[in-house]
Amino acid sequence: MALLDVRGLTVRFDTHQGSVRAVDGVSFTLEEGETLGLVGESGSGKSVTNLALLGLIPQPPGVIEAGEVHYGGRDLLKLRPRELQKLRGDEISMIFQDPMTSLNPLLTIGEQLAEVLEVHRGLSRRAARVKCAAGLGDVGIPEPESRLDQYPHELSGGMRQRVMIAMALLCDPKILVADEPTTALDVTIQAQILELMKALQERHGTAIVLITHDLGVVAGMADRVHVMYAGRLVEAAATEDLFRTPEHPYTEGLLASVPRLGGTFGTELLTIPGSPPDLADLPPGCAFAPRCGYATAVCTQSVPRLQPVVDVHAEAPRFAACPPANRSRRRAGGRA
Amino acid sequence: MAKGLPNSGFDLGGRELEELAAEAARFKGESLWQDAWRRLRGNRTAWWSFVFLLGFTALALFAPILPLPSPVSLDLQLEPQPPVPPWETFGRSGFAPEYWELSSLDQLLVDARVGLFADWQTGPWLGTDGKGRDLLSRIVWGSRTSILVALAAALCSLAIGVTYGAVAGFLGGRIDNLMMRIVDILYSIPFIFLVIFLITIVNEYRAELEDGWGIDRETVFYVVIGAVYWLTMARVVRGQVLSLRNQEFVEAARVLGASTARIVFVHLVPNVLSIVIVYLTLTIPAVMLFEAFLSFLGLGIEPPKVSWGLLAVDGSEMVNPVKLYWWLVVFPAAAMGATLLALNLLGDGLRDALDPKLRGKD
Amino acid sequence: MLRFVLRRLLWFAITLFVVVTISFFLMRSVRGGPFDGERALNEAVERNIQARYHLDWPLWKQYLQYVGPVNLGDTGPEMLGGDGSDPFTGILVFDFGPSFKYRDFTVNDIIGQSLPISVSLGTIALLWALVLGLSAGIASALWRGSGADVTLRLAATTGIALPNFTVAGFLVIFFVFLIPVLPVAGYGSWKHLILPGFALGAPFAAYIARLTRTGMLEVLSQDYIRTAHAKGLPPRLVILRHAIKGGLLPVVSYLGPATAGILTGSLVIERIFAIPGTGSHFVNSALNRDYTLAMGVTILYTVLVYGLNTLVDFAYTLLDPRIELEDS
Repeated sequence: MALLDVRGLTVRFDTHQGSVRAVDGVSFTLEEGETLGLVGESGSGKSVTNLALLGLIPQPPGVIEAGEVHYGGRDLLKLRPRELQKLRGDEISMIFQDPMTSLNPLLTIGEQLAEVLEVHRGLSRRAARVKCAAGLGDVGIPEPESRLDQYPHELSGGMRQRVMIAMALLCDPKILVADEPTTALDVTIQAQILELMKALQERHGTAIVLITHDLGVVAGMADRVHVMYAGRLVEAAATEDLFRTPEHPYTEGLLASVPRLGGTFGTELLTIPGSPPDLADLPPGCAFAPRCGYATAVCTQSVPRLQPVVDVHAEAPRFAACPPANRSRRRAGGRA
Repeated sequence: MAKGLPNSGFDLGGRELEELAAEAARFKGESLWQDAWRRLRGNRTAWWSFVFLLGFTALALFAPILPLPSPVSLDLQLEPQPPVPPWETFGRSGFAPEYWELSSLDQLLVDARVGLFADWQTGPWLGTDGKGRDLLSRIVWGSRTSILVALAAALCSLAIGVTYGAVAGFLGGRIDNLMMRIVDILYSIPFIFLVIFLITIVNEYRAELEDGWGIDRETVFYVVIGAVYWLTMARVVRGQVLSLRNQEFVEAARVLGASTARIVFVHLVPNVLSIVIVYLTLTIPAVMLFEAFLSFLGLGIEPPKVSWGLLAVDGSEMVNPVKLYWWLVVFPAAAMGATLLALNLLGDGLRDALDPKLRGKD
Repeated sequence: MLRFVLRRLLWFAITLFVVVTISFFLMRSVRGGPFDGERALNEAVERNIQARYHLDWPLWKQYLQYVGPVNLGDTGPEMLGGDGSDPFTGILVFDFGPSFKYRDFTVNDIIGQSLPISVSLGTIALLWALVLGLSAGIASALWRGSGADVTLRLAATTGIALPNFTVAGFLVIFFVFLIPVLPVAGYGSWKHLILPGFALGAPFAAYIARLTRTGMLEVLSQDYIRTAHAKGLPPRLVILRHAIKGGLLPVVSYLGPATAGILTGSLVIERIFAIPGTGSHFVNSALNRDYTLAMGVTILYTVLVYGLNTLVDFAYTLLDPRIELEDS
């Protein structure tokens, strides 16, 4: 049984400008100890999906239209706020993109760490402090004891993110959701943070949902990758399979647009033509069709569903939301 | 076919550039003012406040032509009469055009009114005060004075404050430091005392000022109040100019070859303007209250002229345990309160509409 | 820390010096003296008065006498030709001189009598302002958009829109005539200060309510509140521990101007409710040309406002660890 089983999650936002489906029929599973990469551009719905899991979507203007999220034998979407709150920070933790704004500038690091243990484990401030120092040491922060009394603005960006990670892991959660954990950091620090997360995962056996727009991050860390576009899942595969042979035209475009060191100088940088769609005004049929070089009439008529992909080399079952006919035509090298 | 930079060897490909431009044209961006106006229209309370204020100002402007009783004619025999609703006494005769010295335009309007309505006047719909004067008329005429004082003083503080603040912010460095220090010192002086000093002193020389310079007590009044309220405006404008000076769009404009004057007027001033407008709408109520305050202390508008401040004062003085002349307190308070409320709501609405940080959010 | 205090004191001294000097020369150089309004006095009495109040001295000497610390008059130190009975005088030794109007009293006497009353009134007003303002603001922020929020916001904006003497008028009508519960005028016990305190504090309560609401809303939209929720903290804890501190910061910095405003407003309120505080003395002194009393009260208020502002700045740095103790 999968650790986390999301089925048909659909989240709608009602705004003055109209209703928008930020997440539309997304399903995926997460096994124990594995890392799942969730990739997509800004606005693809990847963050909203995970916020919805934890009940962190403000319910006006957000509305969870449909879906089930099974964890530990229960549907998280049906839990009462009290129960959901007990899970958060304890069994399912989340870290966010910008560590500067995600930490309270008016409280010390120690206070912010300790309260997790106070609330979930009932520890006293003193006992919690010991564990917090240990936690800071685990994430590679030197002199952890003295850090506890410092304020967030006294630490560097990389250190703050380590603190966030430590905070998320204090109660030894089963699932860690990392929403763009390295995007706001320098490149060199990025690598360090990712290494840290990998090491911690090995030590604690935590399953990680890694949300990012950066394919490089995903390549290094994820076991499986899901690609999202305009709120829908368009491809799911094991990481190596995905990078080896992307099946969905969007994935293909993403991979092709990554500039490579050592490529021929003077070649044009490839981009996906056009721009991401306005979620309030989606085209009928496949959301990617307007930008897709392989689109046919079928693509504009109905929304393609995730279908299994036949791949003899695949490590794990793969899926893509693109009609097989288009895919085979592509493999034969022709564009529409 | 559009070329890239000369000698670069890159060919942008004319087709793509056109496509990009065509696509960009599809997205209609909004300027700050368009965004603000749209938000303001959408904000119902602010919009209706705006409409209300316009209406009130129109009423004040055209007061002389309205068939109201004189706000000045005394009838010392009577004590305050309670309000008589319009359906009981819609109007009566006996109007006599008694006012203080009116401007020629106002005089024309009064003549027009006499021509239209002869000696008909409205009944005592809101009651009369302790000296037999009609309250409705006094409220309407009082609005003229109060609005005039508020506008004049606010504009005065604006002129001084914006100039001072813009200069300080633009020049920066030591001059800015010094100028702001002066502001700090002035800020910590409880200016109320200086004002009272100033006004008592000015009273002393009233004759000279009026005859020699043609400056009457009111003008001095406006200037004094304005001179007191400029501090906040100066601080705010200076802060804004300082932060704008270093922003990238100023640098960008400079790089593109804009002259200093152009930078100041096309780029900086509109950005400062929005915050100035907001503070102006918030200063006006403060000034009105201040005028009321000074009138209460006997240092403000003098009879026979009327202002809301004086009305409020009259009202509170008539409060006694024997007879409850509630209308003398309630109606002026309602008028003043409603107007100031509208100003505050409008100011809030403007701030929400113009604050770029709130753009796109709700 | 020490530098901060010293710097503040220096600026304070400069401010005070400016205030005293300007007011002094302004008052004295204007036409009309303190005894103009009284019955015509006979020559001997007038000369006596002139001598006692040193009005026959040149202005600069009067100024120095006023500032002190050395007494330049007949009772000054023997070194300067006096009889040595009263060597020190002037502001620098906290002697504000004799009142011009109330000739049996010194300014120190008058202030000493009336100040405690005014301070009590001001404190009660501030308490009203904080209690009402904070609760209304927090409630408004937490139940944003609800009927309660709209009502509270309207009440707050109305509180700012009405002059305090109008509010006072309504209060009197209500609590004295319609529901006779509280005493209306004069001063006998703290009960006499409830109504005036409310009238005085009402506009500030309204402003504090708005500030609190905006501050809280801004804090609640911050990322770290989302983190707090994601950590599984119960909503009560999120508000009390994470949100309130940040939300209150603007209120703390408002306390400075608020106290200044309360001092100002007390001039009116004390008159309406016939409370024998320092405020009423000030207005009368300006009108009566009672120089010493007017100066004394002015200096007093300047000191109070400046001191309170410094305290507030200091408190602010204690609350927000990102701000350093600087003269900003």
